[in-house]
Amino acid sequence: MSAPLLEVRGLQTHYFTFGGSRIVKAVEGVSFALREGETLGLVGESGCGKTTTCLSIVGLLPPAARVVGGEILLNGTDLTKKSAREMRRIRGRAIAMILQDPMASLNPLFSIYTQVAEPAYYHLGMRRRSLRRRVEELLRAVRIPSPAMRMRGYPHQMSGGMRQRIVGAIALAGGPKLIIADEPTTNLDVTIQAQYLDLLMDLQQETGVALIFVTHNLGIVAKMCDRMAVMYAGRIVESGAVRDLFGAPKHPYTKALLGSMAKLGSKEPLFAIPGQPPDLARPPPGCAFHPRCADALPRCATQDPHDVQCGPEWTARCWLPQLAAEVMHDRADA
Amino acid sequence: MSTTAAPRVIEVHAPGQLRRWVLDLPLLPLVILVPFVLAAVFADFIAPYDPTEPVPGAKIFEPPFWMDGGSTSTLLGTDFQGRDSLSRLIFGARVSLIVGLMGTVVAGSLGTAFGILSGYLGGWVDQAIMRLTDAWLALPALVFAIFLATVVGPSMWNIVVILGLVYWTRYARVIRGEVLSLREREYVQLAEIAGASSLRVIFRHILPNVLNTTMVLASLTVGVVIIAEASLSFLGVGVPPPEPAWGLMLSEARSTLMAGKWWLTVFPGVCILLVVLATQLLGDWLRIRLDPQQRNL
Amino acid sequence: MRQFIIRRTCYSIITLLILSLTIFTVVRLTGDPVTLMTEPGARPEDLARVRAEWGLDRSWPVQYAHFVQNIVAGNLGISFNYRMPVSELYFERLPNSLQLALAATLLSFLIGIPAGLLSAVRVDGVWDQAGKVVALLGLSIPGFWLGLVLILVFSVYLEWLPTGGKNDWRNLVMPSLALGWYFAASLLRLTRSSMLEVMRSEYIKLARLKGLPGYVVIAKHGFKNALVPVLTLAGVNLVVMVNAAVIIEVVFAWPGIGRLLFEGIFQRDFPLVQGVVVLAGVMIVFVNLLIDILYAYIDPRIRLNR
Repeated sequence: MSAPLLEVRGLQTHYFTFGGSRIVKAVEGVSFALREGETLGLVGESGCGKTTTCLSIVGLLPPAARVVGGEILLNGTDLTKKSAREMRRIRGRAIAMILQDPMASLNPLFSIYTQVAEPAYYHLGMRRRSLRRRVEELLRAVRIPSPAMRMRGYPHQMSGGMRQRIVGAIALAGGPKLIIADEPTTNLDVTIQAQYLDLLMDLQQETGVALIFVTHNLGIVAKMCDRMAVMYAGRIVESGAVRDLFGAPKHPYTKALLGSMAKLGSKEPLFAIPGQPPDLARPPPGCAFHPRCADALPRCATQDPHDVQCGPEWTARCWLPQLAAEVMHDRADA
Repeated sequence: MSTTAAPRVIEVHAPGQLRRWVLDLPLLPLVILVPFVLAAVFADFIAPYDPTEPVPGAKIFEPPFWMDGGSTSTLLGTDFQGRDSLSRLIFGARVSLIVGLMGTVVAGSLGTAFGILSGYLGGWVDQAIMRLTDAWLALPALVFAIFLATVVGPSMWNIVVILGLVYWTRYARVIRGEVLSLREREYVQLAEIAGASSLRVIFRHILPNVLNTTMVLASLTVGVVIIAEASLSFLGVGVPPPEPAWGLMLSEARSTLMAGKWWLTVFPGVCILLVVLATQLLGDWLRIRLDPQQRNL
Repeated sequence: MRQFIIRRTCYSIITLLILSLTIFTVVRLTGDPVTLMTEPGARPEDLARVRAEWGLDRSWPVQYAHFVQNIVAGNLGISFNYRMPVSELYFERLPNSLQLALAATLLSFLIGIPAGLLSAVRVDGVWDQAGKVVALLGLSIPGFWLGLVLILVFSVYLEWLPTGGKNDWRNLVMPSLALGWYFAASLLRLTRSSMLEVMRSEYIKLARLKGLPGYVVIAKHGFKNALVPVLTLAGVNLVVMVNAAVIIEVVFAWPGIGRLLFEGIFQRDFPLVQGVVVLAGVMIVFVNLLIDILYAYIDPRIRLNR
């Protein structure tokens, strides 16, 4: 891969509760990379560690959590080694984030102008007229009608869709290289969702910003993302180009996710992944997914698989591709 | 998708069970309250002297024993009539605790009863009780209590009833809210459908659930009632002399302030402070114990 | 909006009626109102006059009507001791109580709110623990005892401040502290929990994500939002303070309505006692109504609705 913008290597983030006697390994060995202008879809369900990964990248973990291993390289510099003050300069400037709930993201007591202007004010040192112009520009970029008038308004005067667009404007205000969007459309009306996604894609075209899109909706991934990484139990179980994974998923979990996507108009029965999520207090040995895996091998119950290369920039954390590779290798030898 | 991918958890070592249980006990409030309760119950045996009679052979205004002029026979000094402070404090505990407790019981019972009636029966009963509550809450508690005490005439049991009458409204409001939400619960509706009479439903299903809240509220407001009793005694409309009450001791001590007889002011107040503090802590502990998700009371 | 005001006013009127009824009933039930309303050693003509004025020789409903009529007209009887109409006495002393309540409220704001904010920002730190102790003490220390102790320390031993009465600002210090202490503790708790809740909100998270300096996040975004519920509490409390200051006024000999009530009790001046109690209730109901209407104006949801 040509010099990636962001490279996460073996990230480990743990939550320490009850005075340190209970450790939740929320992120355990996550690696992925992202080039400039690319869109990465981070897929998985609630609790799999996607949000913790994002918070680790921007350095805003809650006090009980800590990055205990791995590296986060932004243009080569390791973010995990940075001080709080240095991270503050990166947040909002080089890396911005869009949160899930538009109704709660904006401070009800401050005007739109104030909130959108803040990153530009603090990071770019803009003032007065140039600041005002910038805010107008940003609002126009996210397609808010009559920006000059709207900026004097307050959040409660705006609909959810509009607010989320303003959150987008805030993200762009500092001129970031990377935007992390944590399920930005989950709380929007279905009709607005598509609009918002189009907006994000257009913004990407215009500004060349890279995007990490966190979601549990594979339809969005198909539409928006170039690459995708599937997370389960704090690990990335498969990552690669969207086309590859959708076409021939290598990890059973990916297969199951794709299989459970309801296709409009199709008469196939809805398919749910059987079994229960692993017990928090007693995670199963071996592969985290093996209790629910239809194709589990005996090996899966005892040995945690490592990443297997399935193609250029395509890895899966499973014994099955390994096995397939071994079989093919044996065949080739024979 | 019907599944949740869960994070991996490892317990490094299980928190000590015994340690948890012991820490669970509200030690501080108990340590404070037990001596006072014992004093109240066994006052006749513990107190060195008769609290209403001057100590034979002692001077008036004797300071506590560690000061000049004090003696170990009157540990905490004597008051303007030569009565032993310590004995008066011990007997005062009896008054404060009894009035505080009984007053709270009366207030709690009345308030819970009205709250249940109001919440469960609804309609005009509810409206009537709510308007009554509003009206009585409009009057500051102390003012109302003073008024009642003036009109009725002071005596220990009158004070108990008065305090009950003044403070029940606080319970009623909260209990009513609880009952309103309980009423919609399935097991209540099931009982009603099964034809149980209102009374039965109330006693069987509603009351037990509401009692938790009542107890927590009670433990948190016992302190208020105790302070109210002390205030009433201070103003001269509380438990009448010569029965020693801490508030009364404070009022008697007022005229001696300028003369620097600080012990007559400090000790009764410290007693009130400690008892109320302990009940507050106990109440907090109960609140967390009985319902950790409870809204702020 | 208008409907809201009308409904609210009706409630207030009902409340006032019940209040007056309560007071009326209590007096009737437990004593002979005639002897209560007249001085000891009064002549038969006085007794007759009082009977006529308050309708005490008639049936209870009629008496009650008289009672309410009198109150509405502002006639609450004549104080035995002062030989003045009770209402006049009341309104003469009211400003003093207001002054004290205002000073106490101000003081408790100055103590409670910053302490609460500090506690929230440094949760579980030294400040927070201290704050918790203060809050607990605030609820446990009887105000009047605090007043006595303050007098002991500052008047008797240090001789910095006067013991009572009302002359200049020095007289205000201790009573306001004694009165405001409880409220300061409540404010501390409320500010702390309000601030903690605000700090957990999404928009604070976003503010941090913007890379804003820590103090800006707290001071600008956190503060303002946290103060909203606190101010709500404050407004209501002022009124209660005015009336509940009885005992503090007694301790410090502050010439307010609380002290007036006490004098009435001490001197067995029943009209004074009854009058002060009635007026206290009326005032509180009235002010609550005003506050509710004010809120209706401010809160656009109510204003624009009905």
